[in-house]
Amino acid sequence: MSRVMLEVKELTTKYITRFREDVYAVDHVSLKVEEGKSLGIAGESGCGKSTLALSLMGYYFAPLHYTSGEIIIDGRTISGMDPDEIRKSILGTEISYIPQCAMDALNPTQKIINFVEDVIYAHQSASITKKEIYELARERFEILGLPAEVLQKYPVELSGGMKQRTVIAVSVILLPLVLIADEPSSALDVTSQKMVIKMLRDLMEKGYIKAMIFITHELPLLYNVTDDIMVMYAGQIVEKGTAKETVFDPLHPYSKGLMGSIIVPERGLRGTKLASIPGVPPNLKNPPAGCRFAERCKYVLPECKTRSIDFREVEDGRAYRCIFSEEQLREAYKND
Amino acid sequence: MTDENNSCLSGKGLTKVFGSGGQKCVAVDHVDFNFNEGEIISIVGESGSGKTTLAKMLLGLISITEGEVYFQGKKRDIRTQKKKQEYWKNIQAIFQDPFSSYNIFNKIDSVLLDCIYMRGGRRLSHAKKVELMTEACGFVNLKFEELTNKYPFELSGGQMQRLMIARIFLLKPKILLADEPTSMIDACSRATILDMLMKLRNETGMTLIFITHDIGLAYYVSDSVYIMEHGKFVESGSADKVILYPAQAYTRRLISDVPKIHEVWDLSTV
Repeated sequence: MSRVMLEVKELTTKYITRFREDVYAVDHVSLKVEEGKSLGIAGESGCGKSTLALSLMGYYFAPLHYTSGEIIIDGRTISGMDPDEIRKSILGTEISYIPQCAMDALNPTQKIINFVEDVIYAHQSASITKKEIYELARERFEILGLPAEVLQKYPVELSGGMKQRTVIAVSVILLPLVLIADEPSSALDVTSQKMVIKMLRDLMEKGYIKAMIFITHELPLLYNVTDDIMVMYAGQIVEKGTAKETVFDPLHPYSKGLMGSIIVPERGLRGTKLASIPGVPPNLKNPPAGCRFAERCKYVLPECKTRSIDFREVEDGRAYRCIFSEEQLREAYKND
Repeated sequence: MTDENNSCLSGKGLTKVFGSGGQKCVAVDHVDFNFNEGEIISIVGESGSGKTTLAKMLLGLISITEGEVYFQGKKRDIRTQKKKQEYWKNIQAIFQDPFSSYNIFNKIDSVLLDCIYMRGGRRLSHAKKVELMTEACGFVNLKFEELTNKYPFELSGGQMQRLMIARIFLLKPKILLADEPTSMIDACSRATILDMLMKLRNETGMTLIFITHDIGLAYYVSDSVYIMEHGKFVESGSADKVILYPAQAYTRRLISDVPKIHEVWDLSTV
């Protein structure tokens, strides 16, 4: 059994709105990432993917609040720790985060090297001189295929793909164990996207990071990048399995719907009907008592709406949240 | 493709140069094209290949350095504001970022009412206007009763983009130019939006021009595809021909850069 880098048990976090309403955006999520593995999280906008990413770091600020659950990074429980302590000893060194929009993540009035210095001084307690930082950054940038001149430039002088890769290089400068990439390539064109993905894969292969969580709504991308995929809907995990299982043999009706929205330039796909899921996700201020997908589900039964549905495991690592059994679901999909 | 009688929009030697002298940047470089009526066309290229500049020229939002645009076989004339407005009744656009496509001070009702006025519906009764707006919202699976008296920022990105399509439904232009209409929204809403655009095309017979960097999307929706590199069209033809049998190295690279699910995605070619 290999080393577990990140383990999350029944994590629940909520937003408290201005009107004192609770929004449970991450609801009893459990996950486990082993050394050398990457986990993908898929789901549509507003399903709680990004909130989950923020929650995983254990660093909460209003309006996001921690409710219950446990986060364990490499054997060390970080949930419930003091935020200041987390910033100093966990962020950057144990777990690191690539924000969704790299264009906005860099300070336009600072050169990249100043940004690197800020990151190191904020998250590392050991003393280090500016010269050493420059040498470290230059070396690291070159290994990752970024020209060293980037360090002396302002963000406006870089292209979108370059900015994203710079943010990635800086976020792993302190060699975190786990890297969370939140839609790192969704604002880029296909060529820059490929460069970003290549860089993330290099990081894994060269051992700069031990495990990765990759969040996106692009399934073909997830399929190519990650080992396992979890599908998220309305704050809950509805399905998990290996990348191949989830994409080619989805069990949950929502995953099945998501797979219908895949567009790839491959022979025979032109003119086939795209399957879109009608309706909108439920409001999480008062989530439905039963299955959260019931309102939009094709195969809904009356009792789906009233009784709560368990997340059940079918085999090792494969689980889904639906009232139907595996055979019933497969039969239903066959008749479509 | 060479049928001149059926031409909806065409261009000859279209060029746009930004700046002058040493700072000169040729964004679009002598492109020729002919879009037929009722066709779905995709213009595909990387960031910075001049796709959006070309779109802005077609819309008449920026001046043309050289070359001519022909609308329905005749030279386009948009020298006065009045003529421009007349032209815009025939060509409309959906842009990439739905969040910046609306005037934040105007309610959604007024967005839709403007479209009715543009079609000469200023004198219609209030009930008739509401009926038209309800129909348009119904077309894109939105409920007008829920939208009335709301501001654009109260909607999600996907809803805003759908409302954009509702506008087009009311305006019924001859040409719709969609500049990366789905790049900011998730894969699930993307399927919905594409479905709606196709439905709109089938109902009104409009010409649809997609501008995108996603070659998978281009292949999925379009009849003909134009590949753009550094301001020039390097390859064009029917979707099947261009995507399945690409002649140019650039096209092949674009196709290989898209993640696939049935074929191996080669990461070593970056």
